[in-house]
Amino acid sequence: MARAAVHRRLTWQPATVAQVNDETATARTLLLEVPGWPGHVAGQHVDVRLTAEDGYSTQRSYSIASAPEVDRLELTVQRVPDGEVSPYLCDIARPGDQVEVRGPVGGYFTWQPESVEPVLLVAGGSGIAPLMSMVRGRAGANSRVPFRLVYSSRTPEDVIYARELSRRVRDDRGLDVAFAYTRSAPPGWPRPPGRLDAPLLTEVGWPADFAPAVFVCGPTGFVESTANLLVSQGHEAQRIKTERFGPTGG
Amino acid sequence: MTERQTGSAMSDISEDPIDGEGWVDGNEAAGILQEIFTMDITSARGRCAGCGLVGPMAELRVYDRAPGLVARCPGCENVLFTVIRAPDRVFLSVGGMTYLEMALPEVAAPGFTGA
Repeated sequence: MARAAVHRRLTWQPATVAQVNDETATARTLLLEVPGWPGHVAGQHVDVRLTAEDGYSTQRSYSIASAPEVDRLELTVQRVPDGEVSPYLCDIARPGDQVEVRGPVGGYFTWQPESVEPVLLVAGGSGIAPLMSMVRGRAGANSRVPFRLVYSSRTPEDVIYARELSRRVRDDRGLDVAFAYTRSAPPGWPRPPGRLDAPLLTEVGWPADFAPAVFVCGPTGFVESTANLLVSQGHEAQRIKTERFGPTGG
Repeated sequence: MTERQTGSAMSDISEDPIDGEGWVDGNEAAGILQEIFTMDITSARGRCAGCGLVGPMAELRVYDRAPGLVARCPGCENVLFTVIRAPDRVFLSVGGMTYLEMALPEVAAPGFTGA
């Protein structure tokens, strides 16, 4: 449920780490409690600021992974070697720790539960996070809009939310999930490991004629290549919304 | 922005977070821009003064690992705007854009949810 919409200047708010959960060897989900947090629109971000005892502060923008909720949100953070923020969030942060957040921000890469067109979600690696917020938000809003998620991952061990996704495929009517493995696939997997390509997108995506809303999130190269594939399959460029990670992440 | 070239190198596809060429996209600048404009700017559409490309701010190339933030056109690399944040003020230069088109919501609301 949402609080009444309020026009306000965006400022930093204190947040408390309430829970941490390892998702894979390199990714972790943090539940943040933020008193007064107004909820978000699936796909939106939050900026996270850390301040050291000597006053040095640094910030990064993270997609919100949870379904929209007031007073709390979840981030899934992939550890980036040499990053300034992610090693703290992935390795050091403990329940009770304080950080600052600013948000929610962004209105471009968002999915509203009122929308009715079919949706294609394409995730590369931890680019799954904002798309997971859409999948969870769809269920939370009892939307019956057909969703197809294509999730490209290096190996089965790198898949984030694997158990929840298999549960949702069973329980969330109208949700399909397809995995594409680039380095190693499970035994007996019908397709050899390889990059997400046009035949696979054709097989598991929506035909361009259905005019789906498309959301692609992942590393820059993944997003560019996937968006180009989709355009060459006839999807209108304006229906393809993209979000790229940074080169150095954080 | 809205124009995409097809047929770029397939070898680019990877889930490795460490790739790209030193930039992120305009979604990353949502926070600092929303702080200034008090509304979302990532879905606003701008026109590049260099090549005339029109598209959403979310698709810009943003270089943010520096004291300021530099946003370039994905079509021609022209600098569209720069933001330099000081503790008590902000310097915004928008010399590289000929216009910026923003939808005006009935209620500007950073935290609106339809749930």
